[in-house]
Amino acid sequence: MDTKKHYAPGSHPDLPPPPGTIGIVGWLYKNLFSSVGNSILSVVTILFLYWLVTASAGWFVLDAVVDASSRKECKATNSGACWAVIFKRIGQFVYGFYPQEERWRPDTAFIFLIVAVAPLLYPNLPFRRQLFWFSAVYPAVAYFLICGGIFGLPEVGTNKFGGFMLTMIVGVTGIGASLPIGIALALGRQSRLLSVRVISIAFIEFMRGVPLITLLFVASTMLNYFLPPGTTFNLLLRVLIMVTFFASAYIAEVIRGGIQAIPKGQYEAAAAMGLNYWQTTMLVTLPQAMKISIPGIVNTFIGLYKDTTLVVVIGLLDPLGIGRAALADAKWNGLSTETYLFVALFFFVSCFAMSRYSLWLEHRLNTEHK
Amino acid sequence: MLLQVIVIAAVFGSFGWLISNLVTNFAALNKNFGFDFLFQPAGYDINQRLIEYTNRSTHIRAAVVGLLNTALVAIVGIVLATILGVILGIIRLSNNWLARNVAYWYIEFSRNVPILLHILLWHGIIINTMPHPKKAIAVGDFLFLSNRGLYLPQPIAEVGIAALYLAIVAAFAFVFFFSRYAKKLQSETGRQLPVSMINFIVLISLPLLAFLASGSPVSLDLPALKGFNFRGGMHLMPEFVALTFALSIYTAAFIAEIVRAGILAIHKGQKEAAEALGLRPKRVMSLVILPQARRVIIPPLTSQYLNLTKNSSLAIAIGYMDLVATLGGITLNQTGREIETMLLVMGIYLIISLSISVAMNWYNSSVKLVDR
Amino acid sequence: MAKSTKSSQIVIEIDDMHKWYGQFHALKAINLEVKQGERIVICGPSGSGKSTLIRCINRLEVHQSGRITINDTELSGDLKKLETIRSDVGMVFQSFNLFPHLTVLENCTLAPIWVRKLPKHEAEDLALEYLTRVKIPEQANKYPGQLSGGQQQRVAIARALCMQPKIMLFDEPTSALDPEMIKEVLDVMIELAETGMTMLVVTHEMGFANKVADRVIFMDEGEIIEQNEPNTFFTKPSNKRTKLFLSQILNH
Repeated sequence: MDTKKHYAPGSHPDLPPPPGTIGIVGWLYKNLFSSVGNSILSVVTILFLYWLVTASAGWFVLDAVVDASSRKECKATNSGACWAVIFKRIGQFVYGFYPQEERWRPDTAFIFLIVAVAPLLYPNLPFRRQLFWFSAVYPAVAYFLICGGIFGLPEVGTNKFGGFMLTMIVGVTGIGASLPIGIALALGRQSRLLSVRVISIAFIEFMRGVPLITLLFVASTMLNYFLPPGTTFNLLLRVLIMVTFFASAYIAEVIRGGIQAIPKGQYEAAAAMGLNYWQTTMLVTLPQAMKISIPGIVNTFIGLYKDTTLVVVIGLLDPLGIGRAALADAKWNGLSTETYLFVALFFFVSCFAMSRYSLWLEHRLNTEHK
Repeated sequence: MLLQVIVIAAVFGSFGWLISNLVTNFAALNKNFGFDFLFQPAGYDINQRLIEYTNRSTHIRAAVVGLLNTALVAIVGIVLATILGVILGIIRLSNNWLARNVAYWYIEFSRNVPILLHILLWHGIIINTMPHPKKAIAVGDFLFLSNRGLYLPQPIAEVGIAALYLAIVAAFAFVFFFSRYAKKLQSETGRQLPVSMINFIVLISLPLLAFLASGSPVSLDLPALKGFNFRGGMHLMPEFVALTFALSIYTAAFIAEIVRAGILAIHKGQKEAAEALGLRPKRVMSLVILPQARRVIIPPLTSQYLNLTKNSSLAIAIGYMDLVATLGGITLNQTGREIETMLLVMGIYLIISLSISVAMNWYNSSVKLVDR
Repeated sequence: MAKSTKSSQIVIEIDDMHKWYGQFHALKAINLEVKQGERIVICGPSGSGKSTLIRCINRLEVHQSGRITINDTELSGDLKKLETIRSDVGMVFQSFNLFPHLTVLENCTLAPIWVRKLPKHEAEDLALEYLTRVKIPEQANKYPGQLSGGQQQRVAIARALCMQPKIMLFDEPTSALDPEMIKEVLDVMIELAETGMTMLVVTHEMGFANKVADRVIFMDEGEIIEQNEPNTFFTKPSNKRTKLFLSQILNH
């Protein structure tokens, strides 16, 4: 029986799809219940998630204590997490032992950091050229702001640095300082001069083959021996040096990938124009390689940022160190879960944000370079 | 040419300057450089060890104990991380939206938290939330979880165990020969036998039958609570458990992404061509997708294995006695030989890294797709 | 060339088939009957749904309404039936899709061994026979990466033929080839048509259509607009959209 409507060829209207294939029902069917196995999996997962949320909501939020002055007091108030330890010491977690009245200085330095880094990370920013000048002077500005000693700013010893401020200092300085060294190493690795190549490869493979913690041990115990007698470097500076060397090896590999991604035609065009090695490198190779490498550099930064937590092992007071100091206090002993979870949450939020940025940038670059 | 000479001169010059400073500083401090301290008695105990060791053993032996502990954590960690990572990676590719997203968030949480934090969290959870041995979490009479660690039964071989060992060897031999036979059969007649299923059944049942038939010649040394702690049984210390757990979970997140990216990297058309030929989904995976994905997955996977091994050096943060904690930790502190011990530790890690790199490069070139 | 003597057995029957991608109505009210031995060319502007149509025939795409029947078996989600249908329907892709990790010979013997359960030597004899037919038996032990585009596509055709299908689908088989290699592939397809294979070919090669096709179908915006035997189709198209399309492609 023919109940279908017949349309003249070319005049069939666009009909909506049959119900049950799209919309909520369709989505549910396709994504959750498309087969017996899938349906069971979905149900089990939903039950598991429900259990997870209800079981942890209690400990995390509903039964948690936010204001107390010791663990005993927390336990007496409620049975959940004792977040009071965090709130009581939030200042330390962020600034370490930086004097309270001077805390506007690292705050300002941080804001300046965002301004300084923005033109590098957002290709379409207005006033980009002018901002680059600021990026160039930023290291000096930040140094004076945070360490003080001039312009009437009282000096703050590096042994007072701690908390998230320390994480940022080690991470940003590490990456910033390692960029020129990494570029040099990457170029050195491709060099036609055998000695340069061997030295570059040896350095890169060494830095990538040893665990960071051994380098930090070197910084803390023996770097002094290799310097003229009488010179003393403070611990933070020694750590910054080793972290910079460590990061530069990884940056070198990222930039090497960027250099290799440049089409050969670029070198041929440069040679045809009569540019020599250095001119080609500065004007043609490096600008393109750097642009391609930015996602890789951001990823290396994220890794370094996470690795800064290791400085706790040699006694610097990064957030973990502050946490441990808090735990050592008899009042808060035993609250390791709360303190570590807090630090973990901080890192999760910041690293997740940075990796989303990196994905966005990579996507952006891929769609530009067709 | 001149440039090379300048470079070499500069590098050697800087090294020379560093060394001369070292010599001056050492002279002023009355220190000397030498490795003979390694043969002195160590004077400290190591609480988890795989070989014989007392506090009168030499520093070298302590270092070996540390190295073995590193190897133990690394191997167990790599195995666990790979299993978990591959499972997670496959779940990320499933067409079940819930499973996919739960896996996604689990991976993101694991990846974005620094490894040291994972280690400290797990260690903290075991120490602080696990109950005292007297009130340990028990599974029946043979598994106990407390803040002193995990206690498992220790299997002890008794008389008649030979039959069990024989059966295990026989089972593996069967699997080997049967697989070859099945392949030959398919090659000659086209018939396909359910090889995986038969292998699996034999591997499980043959040893089991032998075990039962010879009167169950394995007794279990069960952990038993005596006083404040458990005695007997196999004891996994909280440090080891925490370290292995943390390393596995952290690395598994990265492995999952590698597996997922590897399978996605295979062009969709490969799957379609295989399906258009009539191959079933399982065969499409095993004959077409996975062999190609393997090539893409292995290099970054090996990188992750290397990272896990290097990350195990964080054991020192929770007191697990790995290579860094023994040689670079207690030995260094006791003998004051910073440079020698660090050189040794770094050298050993370098050897491990370089050998894995070399092996991976060799594997990479041996499976390269043949091109014009 | 002589038009084939068709038996009247219907091998493909598509009855009021619709397909949507989400809200987008990609194929509208498709009605098609293909008899054994027929050679059909499908043409149309890009986005008209011609690739989607033939991909629905071996269920690489899934239709939401209507019926598709292949060799008297209805196309559905049933895996067992699907395996049988796909064994009898061969497909050649625009981007060849050869398996790069297997040699040419292994590419061809893979499905006969694992789906039709042939012994290895039988599968290899079969493969060599078809590789000879597509005129590249000497490449049997090379890898796809070592062959030119035209050679790869011919291997792809041989690979599909090794399953001895009753129907062959071609999805723009020459669109990814350099001009000098198009002829060698078309020659193979012409020879295949002469043996009486039922073929559905999506292509822009109108010379091929003229020479070989029993029917040319024009599709636009998901509908079959017009179908006719080639002579009438090219000289006296009845629909104005067909006329427009023909004027665009026949004049360059």
